[in-house]
Amino acid sequence: MQNNVKSLDTPQKEPGFARRLLKSPSGVVGIIIIVFYLGVGLAGAFGLTPHSPIEQNRLARLQPPSETYRLGTDLYGRDVASRVMDGATNSLRVALASVFLSGTIGTLLGAVSGFFGGMADQIIMRVMDVFFAFPAILLALLVVVVLGPGLNNTILAIAAVYTPIFARVARGPTLSVREMDYVTAARCLGVSERRILLLHVLPNILPPLIVQVSLALSWSLLTEAGLSFLGLGTRPPQASWGVMLSESRALAEMAPWLMIYPGLAIMLGVLGFNLLGDGLRDVLDPRLRGKG
Amino acid sequence: MIRYFTQRAIAFIPTVLGVSLLVFFAIRLIPGDAITAMLGTEAGMLTADQRASLEAYFGLDKPAYEQYFNWLVNLLQGDMGYSVRHGQPVVDVILARFPVTLELALLAVVIALTIGLTFGVISAIFHNSPIDLFGQLFALIGLAAPNFLIGTLIIYILSVYFGILPNAGNYVEFTANPSKNLQQLIFPAITLGFAFSASVMRMTRSAMLEVLSQDYIRTARSKGLKERSILLRHALRNALIPIVTLVGVETGYLLGGTVIVEEIFTLPGIGRLAYNAISQRDYALIQGVTLFIAVNFVVINLLVDFVYTLLDPRISYAKQR
Repeated sequence: MQNNVKSLDTPQKEPGFARRLLKSPSGVVGIIIIVFYLGVGLAGAFGLTPHSPIEQNRLARLQPPSETYRLGTDLYGRDVASRVMDGATNSLRVALASVFLSGTIGTLLGAVSGFFGGMADQIIMRVMDVFFAFPAILLALLVVVVLGPGLNNTILAIAAVYTPIFARVARGPTLSVREMDYVTAARCLGVSERRILLLHVLPNILPPLIVQVSLALSWSLLTEAGLSFLGLGTRPPQASWGVMLSESRALAEMAPWLMIYPGLAIMLGVLGFNLLGDGLRDVLDPRLRGKG
Repeated sequence: MIRYFTQRAIAFIPTVLGVSLLVFFAIRLIPGDAITAMLGTEAGMLTADQRASLEAYFGLDKPAYEQYFNWLVNLLQGDMGYSVRHGQPVVDVILARFPVTLELALLAVVIALTIGLTFGVISAIFHNSPIDLFGQLFALIGLAAPNFLIGTLIIYILSVYFGILPNAGNYVEFTANPSKNLQQLIFPAITLGFAFSASVMRMTRSAMLEVLSQDYIRTARSKGLKERSILLRHALRNALIPIVTLVGVETGYLLGGTVIVEEIFTLPGIGRLAYNAISQRDYALIQGVTLFIAVNFVVINLLVDFVYTLLDPRISYAKQR
């Protein structure tokens, strides 16, 4: 108990947190992968690819990996390495934006729902249940069809899928935090309910949400790739790992590198965020270790 | 127990109503009108009168809430409307496709449970051994590999090294030719079961590790019970609850149509039906099939709740109070 109160009184626990994260093997491997992935994505964003990711070269179609084309070329003579890099940029953009959107909206909805309870809670959570009843890819499909395909709408579609998840993850801990003595104390001091929610409740429900952010990033990578694979995400000629895999299907026998590299890229990205999520969970929430 | 179950069942009604509302109005937000979607370019040849009478025929001239209400009333009578693209009632189209998805989902669940439970239990028993590390590695890869990658890889390996094209030919029903049917479904089922078994494995391992450290396991050991019976009757049964949740949720998703895998292996299941309906703007079919999928999912959640109470009687008592 003593311990508990102490840890809540001292909000500056960042140094300890970082050190503990760096001690977790999965956390470290996850961070390394993600840093690499971010680096590749940024390089793609600033046009630092070895060749143009969209320029076609009819004289260099379906070339196997070589000195000039490290990862080979595709049916239109485009450099696969550059397209994988460009794909990293696009998938990262979609993943970060959609998780930011769903994380913010979902957390606020869940926290409001859990904190105020009553009718607001009922209405918000019933609406979330409705969204929950759709398999992720179907809901995303529906959103994309209503809004039309494209990068921004893919972001909205994926955000629609993950908002209810963040709402649920935020609501649970809010229910226990709102009963804490420090919330009652703040109330007795005359602090407004909105201020209590933002300054006292939200910071204390963050740990499970941080873990969720990492996992949601990995899922949104998968969903983006899946939607693009079906031709509803990133539009050609823009590169996306999903589009590249889909294009590789007919040519896999002749040019397996078309399938291998974007496939590896997806797996590595997802693996990185999953491992970071595991590491964060070990550090932030030992009770949940290894679950999910 | 029955009271608890009925309470849960009643609580699902608002969700289903909400789903129907969402589906109905989402469809109306799709750009373009239904008549044009139905007739394609020929819609341009309609006179204003013809268009109006068609709209009246399909009830499209009525206000949206009235259309929704009519749709709901018809739905309760088992009438989901008429699919323009298939030239059949929506109910018939869905019921013709559902067995494919159901069989595929069940096969995937069987594969996932066989691999996932076995490796999960073994990993937990031989905690931190090479076997455990191998299992963990398998789980990490399984969770990171998207099913369209696994599917594409399986097709590639089969066609290049074995000269088999798993998606060639028309779909054969199980009742018509069981062995041909299984040949067609086994590879998509493995594709789906792979990632699923990885998550079952992880969940089983962590749940078993937690249970195995409990006092009653030590008590059982000190009573001199056989290790096998401790593991299966005492440990696994108590570890099952989180696994049941996971399997329930995943099965719900699988029954919701595994759009991508059905697309890769060209299986005529619910997922591909939904995908095609959406891309062909077959409004009645989109409404019907998305509602069907969502209701499926809700019903499975209800069943999962029911299984909980069987596994852990405390749950229903706790909630009733």
